[in-house]
Amino acid sequence: MSILLQKRPRPKAAYGLPAATRLRSGLFEPRMLLASLPGAVRKLDPRVMVKNPVMFVVEIGAAASTVLAVIGPTVFVWSIVVWLWLTVVFANLAEAVAEGRGKAQADTLRLARTETTARRLLADSSEEQVAASALRLGDRVVVEAGETIPGDGDVVEGVASVDESAITGESAPVIRESGGDRSAVTGGTKVLTDRIVVQITAKPGESFVDRMITLVEGASRQKTPNEIALNILLASLTIIFLLATATLPPFAHYAGSQPSLVLLVALLVCLIPTTIGALLSAIGIAGMDRLVQRNVLAMSGRAVEAAGDVNTLLLDKTGTITLGNRQAAEFIPSAGITDAQLADAAQLASLADETLEGRSIVVLAKSRYGLRERHPGELPQAHFVGFTAQTRMSGVDIGTRQVRKGAAGAVMAWVSAHGGEVDRHLASVMDAISASGGTPLLVAEREGAEARTLGAVHLKDVIKEGIRERFDEMRRMGIRTVMITGDNPLTAKAIADEAGVDDFLAEATPEEKMVLIKTEQQGGRLVAMTGDGTNDAPALAQADVGVAMNSGTSAAKEAGNMVDLDSNPTKLIEIVEIGKQLLITRGSLTTFSIANDVAKYFAILPALFAGAYPGLAALNIMRLGSAESAILSAVIFNALIIVALVPLALRGVRYRPSSASALLRRNLMVYGVGGLVAPFIGIKIIDLLISAIPGIG
Amino acid sequence: MSDTVAGLLQVGLLLLLLAACYRPLGAYLAWVFTSERHYRAEKAVYRVLGVDGDTQQSWQTYARAVLAFSAVSVLLLFGMQRAQAALPLSNGLPAVESALAFNTAASFVSNTNWQNYVPEVVMGHLVQMAGLAVQNFVSAAVGIAVAVALVRSFARSQTTLLGNFWVDLVRCCGRVLLPMAVLGTLALVAMGVVQNLSAGHHVISLVGQAQTVPGGPVASQEVIKELGTNGGGFYNANSAHPFENPSPTSNLFTNFLMLVLPVSLTRAFGLMVRDRRQGYALLAVMGTIWGLFLVGATFFETRGSGSVAAAAAGGAMEGKETRFGVWASTLWAISTTGTSTGAVNAAHDSLTPLSGGLALFHMMLGEVTPGGTGSGLYGMLVLAVLAVFVAGLMVGRTPEYLRKKITVREMKLVSLYILTTPALALVGTAIAMGLSTARSSILNPGPHGFSEVLYAFTSAANNNGSAFGGLTGNTPFFNVALGLGMLLGRFVPMILVLALAGSLAQQQPVPVTAGTLPTHRMLFVSMLVGVVLVVTGLTYFPSLTLGPLAEGL
Repeated sequence: MSILLQKRPRPKAAYGLPAATRLRSGLFEPRMLLASLPGAVRKLDPRVMVKNPVMFVVEIGAAASTVLAVIGPTVFVWSIVVWLWLTVVFANLAEAVAEGRGKAQADTLRLARTETTARRLLADSSEEQVAASALRLGDRVVVEAGETIPGDGDVVEGVASVDESAITGESAPVIRESGGDRSAVTGGTKVLTDRIVVQITAKPGESFVDRMITLVEGASRQKTPNEIALNILLASLTIIFLLATATLPPFAHYAGSQPSLVLLVALLVCLIPTTIGALLSAIGIAGMDRLVQRNVLAMSGRAVEAAGDVNTLLLDKTGTITLGNRQAAEFIPSAGITDAQLADAAQLASLADETLEGRSIVVLAKSRYGLRERHPGELPQAHFVGFTAQTRMSGVDIGTRQVRKGAAGAVMAWVSAHGGEVDRHLASVMDAISASGGTPLLVAEREGAEARTLGAVHLKDVIKEGIRERFDEMRRMGIRTVMITGDNPLTAKAIADEAGVDDFLAEATPEEKMVLIKTEQQGGRLVAMTGDGTNDAPALAQADVGVAMNSGTSAAKEAGNMVDLDSNPTKLIEIVEIGKQLLITRGSLTTFSIANDVAKYFAILPALFAGAYPGLAALNIMRLGSAESAILSAVIFNALIIVALVPLALRGVRYRPSSASALLRRNLMVYGVGGLVAPFIGIKIIDLLISAIPGIG
Repeated sequence: MSDTVAGLLQVGLLLLLLAACYRPLGAYLAWVFTSERHYRAEKAVYRVLGVDGDTQQSWQTYARAVLAFSAVSVLLLFGMQRAQAALPLSNGLPAVESALAFNTAASFVSNTNWQNYVPEVVMGHLVQMAGLAVQNFVSAAVGIAVAVALVRSFARSQTTLLGNFWVDLVRCCGRVLLPMAVLGTLALVAMGVVQNLSAGHHVISLVGQAQTVPGGPVASQEVIKELGTNGGGFYNANSAHPFENPSPTSNLFTNFLMLVLPVSLTRAFGLMVRDRRQGYALLAVMGTIWGLFLVGATFFETRGSGSVAAAAAGGAMEGKETRFGVWASTLWAISTTGTSTGAVNAAHDSLTPLSGGLALFHMMLGEVTPGGTGSGLYGMLVLAVLAVFVAGLMVGRTPEYLRKKITVREMKLVSLYILTTPALALVGTAIAMGLSTARSSILNPGPHGFSEVLYAFTSAANNNGSAFGGLTGNTPFFNVALGLGMLLGRFVPMILVLALAGSLAQQQPVPVTAGTLPTHRMLFVSMLVGVVLVVTGLTYFPSLTLGPLAEGL
């Protein structure tokens, strides 16, 4: 679990699946090893093993040694054989445990996928009952309150509240309506109210839930580029050690000693990078798993890896940097108007404004001037004018008095249309508000012929707590943050400064966003962004890491390479960290694995050749009991270290956002130097224990 | 002056000389390989060769040119040796036997200069001058050309073009090696190295015995032998021969010559990739390892083998020239094995077992400390890419070196590169140890005898060319096996390096951020030192155990 999450525990609801059935990340219990044992033994099938060249070599070695042990059985040879097989089983166990954790999640998801029947609409508007699995792309189905949505699609008609807890774990229902950015529905979720018509957008078997299941099960896991590159290096090291071992018999023969094949196999298995070879696939599965734990669905492992490489983060201001809504912070009256007069007018005009901004004005007037909130019913003669995106104003008509509140431009136009003039003092107030990053709203009234302005309301963006520290961390990691906002440049700059982002794109249009992404990419940078609207889709597709919000349109979800089920844009930062942690875990364990070899040489080589050249006993710096115990200890250590590192592989190496130098220094000390020293101690301890066994000590 | 003070002074003087040349020579090299202008003489050469000096080559074309040029070189050199009887200035020597001629041709074209023959009684002056000496120049230039192509691939962006092999070859010979060789020859002649076309003087020695003292164009050959990290001596005794290396001064000067180009190339590299610190970092890695080996070997040599004779002589003097002593011989042994030169001024066979083992291990590192001309730089760059890969993963990013990403293709090539030389050295040694005919070439019993064979194949596969001694190399088996080892050990890595260059050049450089692993700091330098020592150490530890370690412990 990332350190950030430990610092800021999130409410349980945010963790997708119901808490009872969830396996939490970082939790590793010994009994999971036991439960996965049958799976690990099944994986001994050479056809499966061949996919992992390092462990396949170990299996061949173990098989050959078994034959030799049958021919010339001794306690020592059989002990070696048993531990060689255990090495292979332990490697399979690591993978089986990782897969097992995914399977538990998949089973929970399968419950959501119970077979439903769909009401398919025919061309003549009549309905027919078909199985959900028979639905094809483009089919239109009717879903009414209490029914389960049969497949992924877009609402094309109607509006409904939908319970998506089966997918997101969030129990509060969400609104899904035709058109706009909230039209996508997911199969397996339940309509709570109303009736909608859904057009199916996913083929059967390829629905969201299906993809999620295959993902967490690791069934369709494809190796990522870095993983392939690492595999190549490991294969090459295996060949080098194979050569170093295979050329030994003629060398040893000249020295007058003839090490048996079992000993050579033991040497080989100790030298080839079995530790990382055994854990590599578990690390990959666990990495995907960590994303799923955070309710993020990656369409490919490639995207997760790319997330670790990201240079530029494009973050939407709203929801990521600031709280979703702006809030009224201050009333600034025109000349000759008192604060209370303005507050009263502003509250009146906002009563019919159901937006969060409107509500905040009512609340501010109440809290600061003690103005009780009035309800529309209390003012019988009043005619309320609601807020619409077109007029950008709300207000109330009480008899001949008209009060209006709204966007500066709209109110100014209203005032001039009614023969009034905007207070000159107010213009500078509005500029000052904009310069400070706020948004000015104007309040005006008309009593009789001429309209006049009463004052301005200062709407303020509320920067999320702790976000500045997050951006500082990003900067230390070498990631540039760019805030995307529809605000004017002045406002944008003020918020950007307050939040501590590196850059901003003001008055952003989808086209400008696209241009920004392409420019960044031309400079060789990798870009990550979040988006939810259909107009975000091209940019999401262009970005190297495009995280679509689950609340967004299916076009957006299709274009991105990840979906965030919580629809929380801040998640992008966590995704970057998970990507990095995945690579760090691989790199660190590779270093550890190779560094281990030094000690194993000092255990095995003197044991093999001190007979022929007594001087070589000087290499036995661990002072191991006997040749047999030395070799067996090295083999046992080699096998046990795999099991010991399974929890680390599943959890991931601890990651703290910091500069590359600091990360390398730490990991090199822990896994490089630690990897050099640990086996000297481990092998010595094992040697002390097994020296007591007759036939070995 | 005690031996220790004299020895330390020599090391100090050598380092001073190298430091003085580092910047100017590095800058000059960078200019030679980036300048747009051709000299008139160069244009004439291009016309004769039928190449256009202004076209750039892809890695495939570049590699084909390297291979074609080298193949023609092997054939020419082989032909000259076989036709020696008919050639002028041959001092009446007969044609060279074919297996030996192949071995020698492979040896000089691959910049190895392993010598399975006694030069003064096998090769006439014409073969020495027009054949072997020419290869001393061009084989060094080929190495530098390949290194330059790899350096360009880091400096360039989104291109398939790596430069022009013929231009790099001609410029390296004409602008770098020839002028330096002329200056060096004059210096060596002044220091007393012989330079004539004499067929040999017949003299009666003090004890009344008739002797032939062979002369020849030694100084001119000696200088390129060291400068081009070749190592093939005019005389069998190589740099222990008083005509090749008459005094401590000439000894220090030639020692400097073999180090100067590989060392300065790191400067040229830093300049060409527009980040001099990267050049310093590689030099620091090379220097650290070279220093560690020097300290180790000097320690074992001065302590001696524990014998009475060694104690009386103040060190292990067996096999060393008294005019050089323990310090200068050890300094030379470490320099010659670290540079792929292979020239010797003492018998490596007679080094104490552990410092002989260090000389052997130094070659096993892949000739990167500071390595052969060009090959040292590209070898170190490949190892840097390997270190960056592991280090890059540890900082949580797709690894990148000099702003180029290390992806699947790059790792494939690097993996094959690090696999090639150990495979050749180990498999070659194993075959030899398995064949009774080959084993009969071994002089000494026990681990020392094994070291002789291991040293021979390591020297060949790494293109060093120095011999441990003791082993009778001029047999059909060793001539062919070592010849193949030298050719494969030279050209397989070169093709892989050029392919790597081709792949890197096509990439767009990624921007440097705080998340980028800095590759010029102490941390990375130490890690690269560790990678070089541990990766090779692990590969060869078993074989070293049965050779020098068994003998020395």
